[in-house]
Amino acid sequence: MSERAPLDLDAIRARLADADGPAYWRGLEELSATDEFRDFLAHEFPENADQWGGDGVNRRRFLQLMSASFALAGLSACTRQPEEKIVPYIDQPEELVPGKPLFFATALSWRGYAVPVLVESHMGRPTKIEGNPQHPAFPAGGTDAFTQASILNLYDPARAQVVSHAGTIASWESLISALAPVLQAQAASGGAGFRILSGATTSPTLAAQMKDLLARFPQARWDRWDAIPRDAVRAGAQAAFGAPVAARYRFDRADAILSLDGDFLAGNPASVRYAADFASGRRIRRDRVKLSRMYAAESSPSLEGAVADHRIALRPGGVGDLARAVASAVGVASGSNAPLSAAAARFAAAAAKDLGAHRGASLVVAGEGQPPEVHALAHRMNHALGNVGATVELTDSVEVDPVPSLDSLRRLVEEMQAGSVELLVVVGGNPVFDAPADLDFRKALAKVRESVRLGFWEDETSEWCRWNVPMTHALETWSDLRAFDGTVTIAQPLIAPLYQGKSVHELVAVLAGSPDRTSHDLVKDYWRSQRPGLDFDAFWKRSIHDGFVAESGLPARNLAPSAAAANAVAAPSAPGGLDLVFRPDPTLWDGEWANNGWMQELPKPLTRLTWDNAALLSPATAARLGLASEDVVALSAGGRSVKAPVLVVPGHPDDVVTAHLGYGRRRVGAVGRGTGFDAYHLRVSAALSGASGATIAKTGAAWPLASTQLHQTMDGRSLVRAASLAKFRENPAFAREAGEDPAKDETLYKPAPLPLPASDPAWGMAIDLNTCIGCAACVVACQAENNSPVVGKEQVIRGREMHWLRIDRYYQGGLENPKTYFEPVLCMHCENAPCEVVCPVGATVHSPEGLNEMIYNRCVGTRYCSNNCPYKVRRFNFLQFADATTPSLKLMRNPNVTVRSRGVMEKCTYCVQRISSVRIESEKRGSPIRDGEIKTACQQACPAGAIVFGNIHDRESAVAAMKAEPLNYGLLTELNTRPRTTYLAKVWNPNPEIGGEA
Amino acid sequence: MQIFHRSTNFLAKLSIFGSLFIAAGLAGAAWEIYQSPWTTQVNVPKEQPVPFSHEHHVRGLGLDCRYCHTSVETSAFAGIPPVKTCMTCHSQIWTNAEMLEPVRASYRNGRSIEWTRVHDLPQFVYFNHSIHVNKGIGCASCHGRVDEMPITWQVNSLYMRWCLSCHRDPKPFLRPRDQIFNMSYAPPADQAALGERLAKEYHLLNTAQMTDCVTCHR
Repeated sequence: MSERAPLDLDAIRARLADADGPAYWRGLEELSATDEFRDFLAHEFPENADQWGGDGVNRRRFLQLMSASFALAGLSACTRQPEEKIVPYIDQPEELVPGKPLFFATALSWRGYAVPVLVESHMGRPTKIEGNPQHPAFPAGGTDAFTQASILNLYDPARAQVVSHAGTIASWESLISALAPVLQAQAASGGAGFRILSGATTSPTLAAQMKDLLARFPQARWDRWDAIPRDAVRAGAQAAFGAPVAARYRFDRADAILSLDGDFLAGNPASVRYAADFASGRRIRRDRVKLSRMYAAESSPSLEGAVADHRIALRPGGVGDLARAVASAVGVASGSNAPLSAAAARFAAAAAKDLGAHRGASLVVAGEGQPPEVHALAHRMNHALGNVGATVELTDSVEVDPVPSLDSLRRLVEEMQAGSVELLVVVGGNPVFDAPADLDFRKALAKVRESVRLGFWEDETSEWCRWNVPMTHALETWSDLRAFDGTVTIAQPLIAPLYQGKSVHELVAVLAGSPDRTSHDLVKDYWRSQRPGLDFDAFWKRSIHDGFVAESGLPARNLAPSAAAANAVAAPSAPGGLDLVFRPDPTLWDGEWANNGWMQELPKPLTRLTWDNAALLSPATAARLGLASEDVVALSAGGRSVKAPVLVVPGHPDDVVTAHLGYGRRRVGAVGRGTGFDAYHLRVSAALSGASGATIAKTGAAWPLASTQLHQTMDGRSLVRAASLAKFRENPAFAREAGEDPAKDETLYKPAPLPLPASDPAWGMAIDLNTCIGCAACVVACQAENNSPVVGKEQVIRGREMHWLRIDRYYQGGLENPKTYFEPVLCMHCENAPCEVVCPVGATVHSPEGLNEMIYNRCVGTRYCSNNCPYKVRRFNFLQFADATTPSLKLMRNPNVTVRSRGVMEKCTYCVQRISSVRIESEKRGSPIRDGEIKTACQQACPAGAIVFGNIHDRESAVAAMKAEPLNYGLLTELNTRPRTTYLAKVWNPNPEIGGEA
Repeated sequence: MQIFHRSTNFLAKLSIFGSLFIAAGLAGAAWEIYQSPWTTQVNVPKEQPVPFSHEHHVRGLGLDCRYCHTSVETSAFAGIPPVKTCMTCHSQIWTNAEMLEPVRASYRNGRSIEWTRVHDLPQFVYFNHSIHVNKGIGCASCHGRVDEMPITWQVNSLYMRWCLSCHRDPKPFLRPRDQIFNMSYAPPADQAALGERLAKEYHLLNTAQMTDCVTCHR
């Protein structure tokens, strides 16, 4: 491993200050223009055949192997197809038409809250998850990346599959009979030694079951632990209102937004809705030249900071200080004010003035990582600004019995250590891995006489529990859950449990002494008791069909916060030390997704890192400590230490190190093994969201990081275009004018075939950079829809990731606080496609409707097309990436898309399978395809409505309207490629009082 | 020094000349194999677990295609009847026939009959029955006179050029919609005019769209 030079910040700053320097940049390597970076650019395929996976296969050997396989392939072409069987039903279900998918409304669970979804099912196999646009809480549909990737969990061969006892295979029946005497003994003592541990939940049926159970065992307790707890949110509401009130926000009504380490765009149970609402305030059109303005103060780079018009990076305590300054300025008593830096003071003053100027249309949102005082302060500010009832709606708690989860766990662990817990039932979660390190849950667990675990995976916790029961996937069981607004979804299964899975309802029924009751009976009986009357069957059918129980949302309440301000000021950061900030991982969350290959390989929105987490540092801090990305350091806090690779992140606050939780799993399936470092090891109960006084020491070792931020780069061209609102008003067409649009016939090649008459469709896409929040739901949706494989860390480092749709992240401005841009890039479906003319075998051709087609069977893998593609959107199967052998994964595939094999080029098809099926239906009914009838997978998943697909011949279509906007521009149009995918340029809404124009 | 006799020159020339014929012969043989029923399975009756006779059920009893292939008008897949469909009649007639035992056994024990696929397109072809049936292509145009087959076989190669022969010019094969399921339909003398008229009436896609790769491959 060559020695990596520490960052030369001066050189980078000089290059940024240089007028000829790049306006938009992607990574520090690009800025420092090192030899490695030049080299990386020059070799689009750095993985050329001379070295193959590092196992010493050289070019000559490769050719020998290939010639042999060509000969064999030639012979095999002469054989006939193997015989196939058709296996009909005995009695075909009534609504099922073979060959046509069915869609069912149900709900997944995210942190205990409902994620209402529509699931596509092919002949009984769920294959794709979409949002449910009929659901009142999520009227725009859309999903996040986790929802999309959940289907892979269902079919993961590494799932827990059998009931086991002390490591040997057992059965559900044996568990029931083994528990009977234990429960009997507990019944005698009133359940004094009986504890249940689960995460937060909103399920009405489970709540009723728990109530029933605790009535039987009055001394028993139901404890709660979530690795990413919402304790601060609850405690903040408790402090402000004296009750665990839930707040829901209306970003669509907010003109000025202040985010205090906010995390509402990702990971929040309402993120999908908030993203849609936020986008509606950022959608700028010819007839709606208006933007909301967002201020973000944050202690770790986040999506909220990336989309904010003004962003300030602060140490964690500094966010609270800033909040107090803003609060004082808007007339909320906030106690003693710590002095702010000049920049923070200017930021606070401008934000406060703006919030005050938009009374009733402003919004202050605090993030889960901030202490309860900041949450309480945010509630008081919203009240003082007249936002309650306008942009903030307060309701009763949606969660069942919202207890502070850290207190709950701490009390449980104390009892376990004292040996007073005789029966512990752990539902889901993974406390052995993710409980605060000082509690040492594992040791306490060893003192419990009988432990039962209901878990989806075989993980660290199941290793230390006596009984293990595999948990059902949300698509395998009946249940019910509330969405963030309280609306109930009765979740129905789409498939019988693939293994011996049991649901939480069934397990609790066993504990309550009725082991033969199914989830279906439990849920249905609960609702029957809630809806007495003759029309229950109609209610039940309607609720299941629609995917929600009508009118079950919680009404908004009119509450005023108490005036008493909690004057706690965060302890000043220790001088010299670093502030350590813990955040849930953007793709693995708390670690539960560690075995999901799609989430592992999904580049994290800001760092573009895959397959690892890292200690994130600002450039200045890294330079001060003499560190560069990929250096392994010993990261210590509170006497605990882990080894972690460093990643330098522009815009990261100085003297802060961010550690994403969830990596470093010790007991996990093959996918998650050996990835990242365990940040939980540093997290203690006194400092769940971060610690001060952390230190970093260089170890001298290096750990390669698979970051895609420089992959498929389109070096130095004006790909992202942006302006401030004022400049946009001056010249709405600034983006178009920044590019060149050569005449159609300015080409050496024969002009493209004549387009079809205007009565026939011409497909095109427009992507609005103003509403894109970079959440990457589209990337995973594309992967799920198009059977795209996962390639693994080694291959990602070689630049071989197979995502058809990538999100390019660009920075603009200085290293300390650059503006961030997200740009989803997929095949442009050029009308003059450069790839088509160089293919020697006609494997990529143009359709009359304007699609650039990839014909896998013709492709011989020359990769000329990819070399000639200026957008770098073609992906080559260097190896057999698609798993064609694992039986459970075969069930997951979209049957309408070919699973590609080794040696074949592939790329975005505009979801041609969806176009085909809609076109066939429209031809059959004899009327043209309606606008919006075809949705590409990325478009359907996008929570912000940033991606629009349709017929550009139809002047009335949404996509044609977007392309007629003055902001519309194409990438690299100077090459006369005439891309069918275009972008709407980004417009910022900066506050002139702060400055910093785009 | 000369090792070979002068006459071997002739042998060398002959073998060079002859190799052309050998190459041509091999190519011809490969072509024949490619075309042969061994590869295409044309006219090769497939053995089935139950010797189901379309001839008997369609011509003899007059069952409509859609009685069993229920989804042919709505779905990509025409549908193979569930055993229950067989049992609607065979619980009443031929209830003890030895030949039908697999059907009854299947219904009894709930295990499906595994039929052998007769028309088997490769996995990279996405064929849709419903659009063909809705656009005036009769069953017999591709499947032949199924009503004359005691055991079902394939009458067309299903090779791409065979598909394309119609996709390039479907007019000779178009039928009125009420004749789609008529096995014995014969095109009228003025098929040219009829095809022209029906192509307009059915709003067929233009040739470029119909011969576009992604129409069938994706």
